[in-house]
Amino acid sequence: MEKETKAFQRVYTKLFQLTKATVSLHAKGIGYDELAIVDGRLAQVVKIMEDLVTLQIFGGTEGIATNAEVIFAGKAPTLKVGDDLAGRFFNAYGEPIEGGEILGEEREIGGPSVNPVRRKQPSEFIPTGIAGIDLNNALVTGQKIPFFADPDQPYNQVMAMVALRAKADKIILAGMGLTRDDYLYFKNVFDNAGALDRIVGFINTTEDPPVERLLVPDMALTAAEYFAVEKNEKVLVLLTDMTLYSDALSIVSNRMDQIPSKDSMPGSLYSDLARLYEKAVQFPDGGSITQIAVTTLSGGDITHAVPDNTGYITEGQLFLRKDSDIGKVIVDPFRSLSRLKQLVIGKKTREDHPQVMNAAVRLYADAANAKTKQENGFDLTDYDQRSLDFAKEYSEKLLAIDVNIETDDMLETAYELFGTYFKPEEVGIKQQFVDKYWKNNKN
Amino acid sequence: MNTIGNVTGIIANLVIVETEGTTAQNEICYIKHGDTRLMAEVIKVVGNKSYIQVFESTRGVKVGTEVEFMGHMLEVTLGPGILSKNFDGLQNDLHKMEGVFLKRGQYTHPLEMEQKFDFKALAKKDDKVVAGSWLGEVKENWIPHKIMVPFVFKGEYTVKSIKKDGEYTPKETIAVLTDKEGNDHEVTMTQKWPVKVPIKAYKDKPRPFKILETGIRVMDTMNPIAEGGTGFIPGPFGSGKTVLQHNLSKNAEADLVIIAACGERANEVVEIFTEFPELDDPRSGRKLMERTTIIANTSNMPVAAREASVYTAMTIAEYYRAMGLKILLLADSTSRWAQALREMSNRMEELPGPDGFPMDLSAIIANFYARAGYVYLPNDESGSITFIGTVSPAGGNLKEPVTESTKKVARCFYALSQDRADSKRYPAIDPIESYSKYLEYPEIEEYLNKTIDEHWTANVFKAKDILLRGKESYEQINILGDDGVPVEYHVRYWKSELIDFAILQQDAFDAVDAASSLDRQNYMLQKSLEVADMDFKFESFEDVGPYFKRVINALKQMNFSEYESDEFKQNEKEFRNILKEQETASKEEEMTAEEKAS
Ligand SMILES: Nc1ncnc2c1ncn2[C@@H]1O[C@H](COP(=O)(O)OP(=O)(O)O)[C@@H](O)[C@H]1O
Ligand SMILES: [Mg+2]
Repeated sequence: MEKETKAFQRVYTKLFQLTKATVSLHAKGIGYDELAIVDGRLAQVVKIMEDLVTLQIFGGTEGIATNAEVIFAGKAPTLKVGDDLAGRFFNAYGEPIEGGEILGEEREIGGPSVNPVRRKQPSEFIPTGIAGIDLNNALVTGQKIPFFADPDQPYNQVMAMVALRAKADKIILAGMGLTRDDYLYFKNVFDNAGALDRIVGFINTTEDPPVERLLVPDMALTAAEYFAVEKNEKVLVLLTDMTLYSDALSIVSNRMDQIPSKDSMPGSLYSDLARLYEKAVQFPDGGSITQIAVTTLSGGDITHAVPDNTGYITEGQLFLRKDSDIGKVIVDPFRSLSRLKQLVIGKKTREDHPQVMNAAVRLYADAANAKTKQENGFDLTDYDQRSLDFAKEYSEKLLAIDVNIETDDMLETAYELFGTYFKPEEVGIKQQFVDKYWKNNKN
Repeated sequence: MNTIGNVTGIIANLVIVETEGTTAQNEICYIKHGDTRLMAEVIKVVGNKSYIQVFESTRGVKVGTEVEFMGHMLEVTLGPGILSKNFDGLQNDLHKMEGVFLKRGQYTHPLEMEQKFDFKALAKKDDKVVAGSWLGEVKENWIPHKIMVPFVFKGEYTVKSIKKDGEYTPKETIAVLTDKEGNDHEVTMTQKWPVKVPIKAYKDKPRPFKILETGIRVMDTMNPIAEGGTGFIPGPFGSGKTVLQHNLSKNAEADLVIIAACGERANEVVEIFTEFPELDDPRSGRKLMERTTIIANTSNMPVAAREASVYTAMTIAEYYRAMGLKILLLADSTSRWAQALREMSNRMEELPGPDGFPMDLSAIIANFYARAGYVYLPNDESGSITFIGTVSPAGGNLKEPVTESTKKVARCFYALSQDRADSKRYPAIDPIESYSKYLEYPEIEEYLNKTIDEHWTANVFKAKDILLRGKESYEQINILGDDGVPVEYHVRYWKSELIDFAILQQDAFDAVDAASSLDRQNYMLQKSLEVADMDFKFESFEDVGPYFKRVINALKQMNFSEYESDEFKQNEKEFRNILKEQETASKEEEMTAEEKAS
């Protein structure tokens, strides 16, 4: 039954148990987390009890027979890293989709975390041109932040746009349950922008088995660590869609009879996600890993286990929403947050940035109150009416995701709107900034 | 002889080990994986099988691998040199670790055993001493670090000899103690203690009777925490738990601050590493880092060590409390610790309690909070640990096991509200939901009224009442419309807004406003109540808001200026002038009414 092939490899041909996602067999000398090939499919050891070894089959167990061949690899999943990765697309196993070989050093994926005392505090602003992000929720290198969006929002488009404008040395796309159309879209956009040589992709599409997705972020982050640590590069990792990744986690844990937690997610969801997101880092030598992720919501519900745990881990979230008043998708200023923005705004950007940002959001909140009043049939005051008019234009000129301007122009635009609809004392920013930047349009 | 066993099963970081010899609950053991030794702790024993939780990744571990049991529980090393260090959850000195990445199986010594400390004897030959008695002291940063009789010593001892004042390393014997049977025991500057066992080297633990000044108005004024008291901060993500804890660690009036960063973001710890060495301690004038110790077990570090991290932090706090110091212990977030317990309990296929948490979650939390407190030491000095933990409830819903279990034991409840955070009313502590049980203690009430102001507690309850009545008026206005209610409702609402803006809200990022002394808090509370006591006459509801906004602005400007400075006084004058407008207005009105009558 057992025969030794190459060094470290052990081969077995008798399965003891089969479920939809796992197989078990009697085997000896197997290491935890070790990789195996079961009937040609990639698998990983998830449980060992005496000589009974349970393997998770990434491609699913359909059609696997009890006499299937099982080859243990003697090592955990690996990726070959090297400059050769640039400009290429890989499947979940780190094999080039278009064939061929990769030259590089073999690394185990899912490696250890960075010692917190070896990190540097992030401080480099990433302008994207989108005011809903730069003005209200500025991004910083080494940050991890997801888009919270319903499935019908154009999150992948926004993400591709942000990636191209972010001036990263490498963009690593981790596609999990990506539709084939979106995969081709990403390739196309990067190609048209002449950026293909800066891209590395690890792709699991909807046509691939869902459990394979579990390998994708670790592959992408192993590649990211190579470029950030060894080449001191600024690496941007795009993770889309982390809700589909979490679904794969729940498939496996349910099939291993683990007690599910909220929303049938595994009890370890927080740790599982944190392990990935915490790979975002700024190194003292200039290298960094920034992560922009997508967490799709169902009906805008952020209390669901996936967005909820994500929010507790990431450094803020960018909430996409359709504004029916202007008919465009905006970055919602209330529910979005960049926790690292205070490290750059007013420091790397103009001094009045924090004040302008807060004032505009406050006025937008006044408009929301006025709107509620209106909907409840109460009379509007003159101020209410002005804030409503302001909100519409603010949404159109600054919050909409199709805005693409410099940060200073965002501030100027904000002053134009303030001046059109309000008096300085209604806006409530520091007098020194009013003196310097206020635009008096109100006649 | 240490017990040796062999691995028979592995599920993630739960490993099952078969042994011939004895093993104990919570005993530490090491898995010999290749050249590395992976540390683990026994969490269950059935027959000859020990279930161990491994503090590292178990990748590559095989059945049959040898495991050595060490005969002791998880311990920390206590001695001079702990302060301003950055440890992981198992008290490894993070700075001594090699490389950018945390290598598994790498354990580093928490102290500097070669460093010389300037020792001064406090005990002398023939003194009778017990566990925790002060034998001498060394300077650690600016703190007189006491060298104590080890806590494991039982009964009374006689000092046989003690070193002369001078420079010694932590390894050297500084005293010899003789027990009742006449056996001699050598004592150094360091000792070990198992983290899960409370250090009880104190004579008495009275009910807390003093306030720990935090500088945060919404806490000190509205719901103060006692020195040696307990509190917790539940709140959804983004509501301000971490900013509040960082602010407490910067401004609270404590000798030492110990922070357990338990299962949260690494960048938040980096923020402390980066900023604290630069920031001044408002009281000692030294750098904040000199009074701060961080136990960092961030969310990507091994899950099992998360649980250890809070116990490690508590034990270090107890050690310094025994020196007669005032310790503030913070843990962010205790929910991550509870989740680590849940992950393990699920792997062991234990019968789950609510939401899959272990059945004994409440008891574990209660035991932990009970280790805080104000104590009298054997020499009648006092020391304290004030403990504040954050809780991260799933979906922001407070009806979940960790919040509910904590609520049973923590005496202060600082509920962060999503609404307040959304409208940037920071710190987002809900003034109506939150409470401090200490306000009900007669000894605390007496303390407050004696040290701050004889009317203090009466004023606090008055302010609370105004907030409540303001909220009721606001609800009425929303139902009936601005002009559907008497103008008086608007006034009541705006009086509560004034308390909200002038007392509750505080800018954590403003150099002046970030911390407010009790004296200053008293002053501002009196100003706010003065307005609340006034009768206002407004023609229309539309005049109320704009007027109060001006009063609020003046009070806020006072908050932003140095207490009792010229700027402060100038702003107060402005505040007076705005109030006068109303006084004159109502007087004029009275006069016209009188004129009409005559
Ligand atoms: N007191 C405060 N003053 C100003 N901003 C605050 C304050 N508290 C929180 N914030 C804002 O909210 C964000 C999230 O706060 P944080 O304490 O990290 O939340 P939590 O720990 O509850 O998730 C911060 O990054 C900051 O922008
Ligand atoms: Mg936090």
